[in-house]
Amino acid sequence: MANPDLSLNLSFVRTEMAGATPPPRGERGLANWLRTNLFATPVDAALSIFAILLLVWFLPPIINWLFINAVWTGPDRSVCSTTVQGGIQPEGWSGACWAFVNAKFQQFLYGRYPFEERWRVDLVAALFVLLLIPLLIPKVPRKGLNAIVFFFIFPIVAFFLLVGGWFGLRYVETPLWGGLLVTLVLSFVGIAVSLPLGIVLALGRRSQLPVIKLLSVIFIEMVRGVPLVTVLFMASVMLPLFLPPGVTFDKLLRALIGVALFASAYMAEVVRGGLQAIPKGQYEGADSLGLNYWQKTSLIVLPQALKLVIPGIVNTFIGLFKDTSLVYIIGMFDLLGIVRQNFADANWSSPQTPATGLIFAGFVFWIFCFSMSRYSIFMERRLDTSHKK
Amino acid sequence: MASQDIAESGRESPGVSFLYDPKIRGIFYQAVVFIAIITLIYWIVGNTVANLQRSNIASGFGFLKGRAGFDVSQSLVQYTSDSTYGRALYVGFLNTLYVAIIGIVTASILGFLIGIGRLSQNWLIRKICLVYVEVFRNIPPLLVIFFWYFGVLSVLPQARESLSLPFSSYLNNRGFSFPAPVWGHNAGLIGIALIVGLVLSFLVARWARKRQMATGQIFPVYRTAAALILGLPLLAFVVTGFPLSFDLPKLGTFNLSGGAQVKPEFLALYLALSFYTAAFIAETVRAGILGVNKGQTEASYALGLRPGQATRLVVIPQALRIIIPPLSSQYLNLTKNSSLAIAIGYPDLVAVGGTILNQTGQSIEVVGIWMVVYLGISLITSGLMNWFNAKMALVER
Repeated sequence: MANPDLSLNLSFVRTEMAGATPPPRGERGLANWLRTNLFATPVDAALSIFAILLLVWFLPPIINWLFINAVWTGPDRSVCSTTVQGGIQPEGWSGACWAFVNAKFQQFLYGRYPFEERWRVDLVAALFVLLLIPLLIPKVPRKGLNAIVFFFIFPIVAFFLLVGGWFGLRYVETPLWGGLLVTLVLSFVGIAVSLPLGIVLALGRRSQLPVIKLLSVIFIEMVRGVPLVTVLFMASVMLPLFLPPGVTFDKLLRALIGVALFASAYMAEVVRGGLQAIPKGQYEGADSLGLNYWQKTSLIVLPQALKLVIPGIVNTFIGLFKDTSLVYIIGMFDLLGIVRQNFADANWSSPQTPATGLIFAGFVFWIFCFSMSRYSIFMERRLDTSHKK
Repeated sequence: MASQDIAESGRESPGVSFLYDPKIRGIFYQAVVFIAIITLIYWIVGNTVANLQRSNIASGFGFLKGRAGFDVSQSLVQYTSDSTYGRALYVGFLNTLYVAIIGIVTASILGFLIGIGRLSQNWLIRKICLVYVEVFRNIPPLLVIFFWYFGVLSVLPQARESLSLPFSSYLNNRGFSFPAPVWGHNAGLIGIALIVGLVLSFLVARWARKRQMATGQIFPVYRTAAALILGLPLLAFVVTGFPLSFDLPKLGTFNLSGGAQVKPEFLALYLALSFYTAAFIAETVRAGILGVNKGQTEASYALGLRPGQATRLVVIPQALRIIIPPLSSQYLNLTKNSSLAIAIGYPDLVAVGGTILNQTGQSIEVVGIWMVVYLGISLITSGLMNWFNAKMALVER
């Protein structure tokens, strides 16, 4: 029996939660952060001190070299060499020669593409960016149309614009191409070819038909077992031998074939991983619905399998992007090749030039690869429909 | 036979044409692909033969016996420009293996340290390792090689202004010179002692494991093994009367003389491959350690193991199971990336082969040799790794 008067007798009843008290003094603030993150144990403390010493030792000279001592503008090598080396800098000077990058910047972008035709490259780049950005932002509608334009119409337009020879545009032969232009052309075509080809090869490897399976396995394992350099050599030296006498092939096209075939073998293994991860019930469910092989594959299996292996696919793209630099070995000048070629330029050769040029090229490669990997992490999180956590 | 039976039974069922029999269709598709491939190969071979005849190149491997006529800057075996092409390729092959093996060892050590560092409690160490991995994973290996070769090693001072390093070694733009050990009389005994030490440690480890299984008593295997492996050669060294002297590099007016020298091409390739691959190995190691369920660590603490024991006996064996397959493919990648040597002139298999290809025009044979060698290395490595993997794999009932 509840006594109705009891509530009246109580002097105080709390109706809301008490506010949380702040953590004790020792558990907050900078001192605590330092203690838990840098000096938790004696070993940790020793490691931290070692790391700090390392940073103090290395960072200031690097920053000095990169920015403070660096030369930003100048007409030729004299600004980047010491008096003994025939320049104007005092003895013992050492710093980045950004003047070199400044002077050669156009070459790094376009190679030897003719001056008055460079607007064509700019136009293609602008189209590329305009089509790519809406494709990458999930909220923008009409993805299908966008993808069709990007992967089918854009390459044709880009081909006519870059090569020329039609519609009153001057013909620009590919040996004149170079720099970032070649890097991007190689990677775009490599990506656009290797993904579908890789999927086909992966399906072939999982096929019930022995001949198709065997051929896929042989191709994939052969290509994955050898370095890209040998594949490129094959494309550049042996491909002309395989064709009827008199038929010649563009050098860039040969490199493209080599890079695309190489990447597709790696892509095939990534996609195969995804195919194997799909539970058997999905295949059987599709069969029981009466779907045929291609319906089953394109509507049920691949959408799930490709989603699973997005990180792997993007890793292959990154690998492909980095591998385009190897075309330097068969005598083409992509971004890295053109930097390498330019620091042999007598006008600019100084002890600081190679490192500066390479750091610039490395930075450009890094930006592309790093943004690809970040985007893949973003997509992976967005597409994650699983309930684990 | 079986397919025919099924095909016939398909035909018997009313209203279904044999065109819709998946078996028949499968055979048809395969036949089409097969014929297409055969035709393609026939066409390629025909063209190649015609092209070779036109340019007067005799196919076949007879050219391997011809005189090479070019020099190789570094060689592990005897080689002169009078040696044969076959010998030159052999030199290149050994150089590939040499840089690959040393690179793999260095990259593994560096990669494991950085991978563990990325999981460290220490914020600073974690961040440094993260920056390292993110930098090296996102730039091309060729760029790293160029950076070491053109950016660092070739701008070092000339020989007469060599940088002095500790232990009377010198660094200049012709490479790294260091004291060469000269083994004296009876030095072979030290090697024998080392082998005896290794064998004894192996036997002790086996005996100790058996005893622990039988009685539960723990024997200090690691300390005993260290004492055996280090102590026995040291003892032999003392007993034979210190048969070791060093040939120090001496700084002359124009050049360094004496000592052993590592060429900048090798150094650049080795450093670049190690640094580059270490970033990938670090990620592999990190993923492997993270892949071990936390309950495993907690359970081993509950059993009373100390943290060090839990890591060594419970976490690492399980992590290795996850790490080994990707690690083996990283090793293969390093070996294949060593073919970038051609860009800076380290005479590996591809660089030597490229020279031969230019001199003789035997492109098919040279590319064939490359493919066979690299495929062979790949197959042997993956075979070894599969064997090791099978040994480490989870044994389930």
